[in-house]
Amino acid sequence: MSGTGSLTATFAPQGAPNRRNTELSLLAFAVLVPVLAYAETGIAMDGRLPAGMLGYTLGLGFFVLLAHLSVRRFAPHADPLLLPLAALLNGLGLVFIWRLDKSVQLHPNFPAAQLQLLWSGLGIALFIAVIGLLKDHRMLQRYTYLSGFAALVLLALPAFFPTRAADFGAKIWIHFGSFSIQPGEFVKILLPVFFSGFLMVKRDALALASRRLLGLYLPRGRDLGPIVVVWALSVLILVFETDLGTSVLFFGMFVVMLYVATERTSWILFGLLMAGLGFWTVARAEGHVQARIQEWLHPLLTQGGNGVGQIGQALFALGAGGTIGTGLGEGHSWLIGFAAKSDFILGTIGEEIGLAGVMAVLVLYALIAERGLRTALAARDPFGKLLAVGLSAAFALQVFIVAGGVTGTIPLTGMTLPFVAQGGSSVITNWALVAILLKVSDVARRPAPDAVPVTPGRQTEPEKAA
Amino acid sequence: MNKPIRRVSVFCLLLVLALMIRANWVQGLDASALNANAHNKRTIIEEYSYPRGDIIVGGQPVTKNLLVNGNYYKYRRAYVNGPMYAPVTGFDSQAYGSNLLENVENPILSGTDSRLFFGNTLDMLTGKQKQGGDVVTTIDPKVQQAAWNGLQGKTGAAVALDPTTGAILGLVSVPSYDPTSIAGVTSDFSKNWTNLNADPNQPMLNRALRQTYPPGSTFKLVTAAAALETGQITDINAATDSPNPYMLPGTNTPLPNEAGDTGCTNASLNTALALSCNTVFGKLGAEIGPSRMLQEANKFGFNNSNLTIPVGVTASNFDSNMNLAQTAQSSIGQYDTRATPLQMAEISAAIANNGSLMQPFLVSEERAANNSVVSQWQPKQLSQATTPDVAQQIQTMMVNVVQNGTGTTAQIPGVQVGGKTGTAQHGMNNSDNPYAWFVSWAKGTNGKEIAVAVVVENSDTQRGDISGMMLAAPIAKAMMQAYVQ
Repeated sequence: MSGTGSLTATFAPQGAPNRRNTELSLLAFAVLVPVLAYAETGIAMDGRLPAGMLGYTLGLGFFVLLAHLSVRRFAPHADPLLLPLAALLNGLGLVFIWRLDKSVQLHPNFPAAQLQLLWSGLGIALFIAVIGLLKDHRMLQRYTYLSGFAALVLLALPAFFPTRAADFGAKIWIHFGSFSIQPGEFVKILLPVFFSGFLMVKRDALALASRRLLGLYLPRGRDLGPIVVVWALSVLILVFETDLGTSVLFFGMFVVMLYVATERTSWILFGLLMAGLGFWTVARAEGHVQARIQEWLHPLLTQGGNGVGQIGQALFALGAGGTIGTGLGEGHSWLIGFAAKSDFILGTIGEEIGLAGVMAVLVLYALIAERGLRTALAARDPFGKLLAVGLSAAFALQVFIVAGGVTGTIPLTGMTLPFVAQGGSSVITNWALVAILLKVSDVARRPAPDAVPVTPGRQTEPEKAA
Repeated sequence: MNKPIRRVSVFCLLLVLALMIRANWVQGLDASALNANAHNKRTIIEEYSYPRGDIIVGGQPVTKNLLVNGNYYKYRRAYVNGPMYAPVTGFDSQAYGSNLLENVENPILSGTDSRLFFGNTLDMLTGKQKQGGDVVTTIDPKVQQAAWNGLQGKTGAAVALDPTTGAILGLVSVPSYDPTSIAGVTSDFSKNWTNLNADPNQPMLNRALRQTYPPGSTFKLVTAAAALETGQITDINAATDSPNPYMLPGTNTPLPNEAGDTGCTNASLNTALALSCNTVFGKLGAEIGPSRMLQEANKFGFNNSNLTIPVGVTASNFDSNMNLAQTAQSSIGQYDTRATPLQMAEISAAIANNGSLMQPFLVSEERAANNSVVSQWQPKQLSQATTPDVAQQIQTMMVNVVQNGTGTTAQIPGVQVGGKTGTAQHGMNNSDNPYAWFVSWAKGTNGKEIAVAVVVENSDTQRGDISGMMLAAPIAKAMMQAYVQ
């Protein structure tokens, strides 16, 4: 914590430009690029501009403009990159989903682009709501334990709903008729809030009041208790619901936040040990985990005359794309089949815009994580720091888990590619996540009202007219 | 807290870096291997996404590309006169691969041949649809049709060559099948595929190129050539020292004459060929000896497993290391001697071409999609099968066979025709009906020459050389007539 006050001056000097116009011009590109991609897809697949071209352009432009105006009004000092990055990824995602909607060969193929556009709109509405209503991110600190409880309930919920054959074993959805939500997605925001609030209070105890054993600092049981309970419960629930990806994601986020809060490397070793033990146990017990590992090790093995599995098909799609891709609408990524629009959408990106496109998309994700982590560095309050680092690290981890699974870097565990993949809950959550990061960065980058350095222990900032 | 946050940032960067390295690995290093994987459907989807080139017979394509716009494939192959040309074209199926010309000429037909690279690149740049190149065959549609008509209702094959160039003028196998019926992927096509493969008559067997038969008496042409070359016979009209029946050397087995006893005792070579005397040729073969007979057979194209036209041809067999009795039997086309119909046409062609055996070929030209010629076949000699002098003496004897012997049904007024009938026994103790053969050549007044071999498997009624004359020779005659008249 030393030096936070002096660092603040570096990041938010007096009279610094608030970068809102930069954001606006970047947003123009964030709308233009997907619109051009949309047009190219239509021309490639139908030989003409898509019929929904004007509506899509105006819709996307309108949503994004509203989001921008709300930032201008309620978070004028926020980071200028996050909103354009999110808008660009969301827009491109819509194009790729629409492109796969048009694949008659994909079976079953329920049109998803329009619904996704609706969800994106709702996501941006939630974004605006967070920007407008959340006066200060430290308000969230009041809901530390409520967030923890809500996260547990949401995680447990799908287990109490009947499963569907179409869900392929993962009990992570709640279905209401033809409508379904994935409550686990919202937990990606609730858990960081809980961890931040909890760790902020406990971090001194965790860092200092520990016993030394074999060169490691072991925390006292009463400090560790609640965290281990939450971790064990969430992991148990996730293993029970057979959604390993989210389990790894939450645990990774937990370890990262613990490490940042305590500045103790021993927590990482401790965390890796726990993760390794947990994974080993689960892998031994769960047949479907073993199957995933086998498919990762041998992705091109044929399965009883049905050709290669999904990872193999995803690798074929990526290989077919090569360096510059086949061109939008001209690939055959529908061969991936089930989940081509959601978990495997990177396959379509890789095939149609090639390695160049995949690298660009990865850079966009890296930039989002980087802006989030920079916000964490700039934040003046420990709660904001922890929240920003938790949200950003979870975001980066999620991208790694899903993109790593599709490219065969690590075993596949079902998860959505943020902003791009089909999935309403995911889009909404990620817009809310970006909104919270923007709020934290707004406070962090806000010029101090006077020359008095901000002390780390201060819980509230003097209110400033927006 | 900033130090751990920076470390977390580095960790996140490493995660993205790992993904980037992996993406380069898959999409760069591994890409060609992934694209070449047999289970990657993109290859075949791409193959059927544009029109395949045509196989051309007599200036007209015998292949088509149906625009079906199926779930996977945009085009599907179809054939004109499919069953008649199946032994030439082969099939090209979305489900079962391809064979014969469709397979061997795939680089041209699919337009992927490296020689088409320049044109393809130009088409890509100008936005023209990719298209395969054409393959022009040497088949003469009239000869093909004559053979096809003649073989209807029978089982067998017919091959016609231009003796002077080696160009294959006709290539028919019966019973046949329509390659259109197995070109697709739906259940109808797979049912046809299963039925065709289960059919005991083997309609998908290319009998002209891929089936060997005992050549029977038609092989006596090779024995005659060896006898004349070695000086065993110096005058084709001089009497030989040939007992009837002839006892196979070292055995108590007599070699009989199918044609009966009349005239074969001490018959001249000319008479013996006209009457198809087993005794005379069996004894000559034994006297010439196994190694010299093998050498002669090889000069005429036997035991050549490397022949491609460009479709691969099954090697015809003449045994090595035989004893005298086996050599005697082999020299009349029995024992282990086996030949494809194409091989027998080559023998006839070599004799008609004064001993020079030209390499048979089926593709005269390969063309790019814009009709520019990619390659053109230059006729070349496969071997000097025999001397011009010997070839001409055999020509005289073959004319005699058609004029006065067992091949009278092949006579064409005003055209010089030489031929030789054959009947090959097969089955245990010759229990099955024999194969009827006729090999011949014709030299028309228009300067055109043609050499033909016809084999009919199910010669149900007649035995003896008469079956070659009654069943096979009229088909050969129709083929020759279609070309030289």
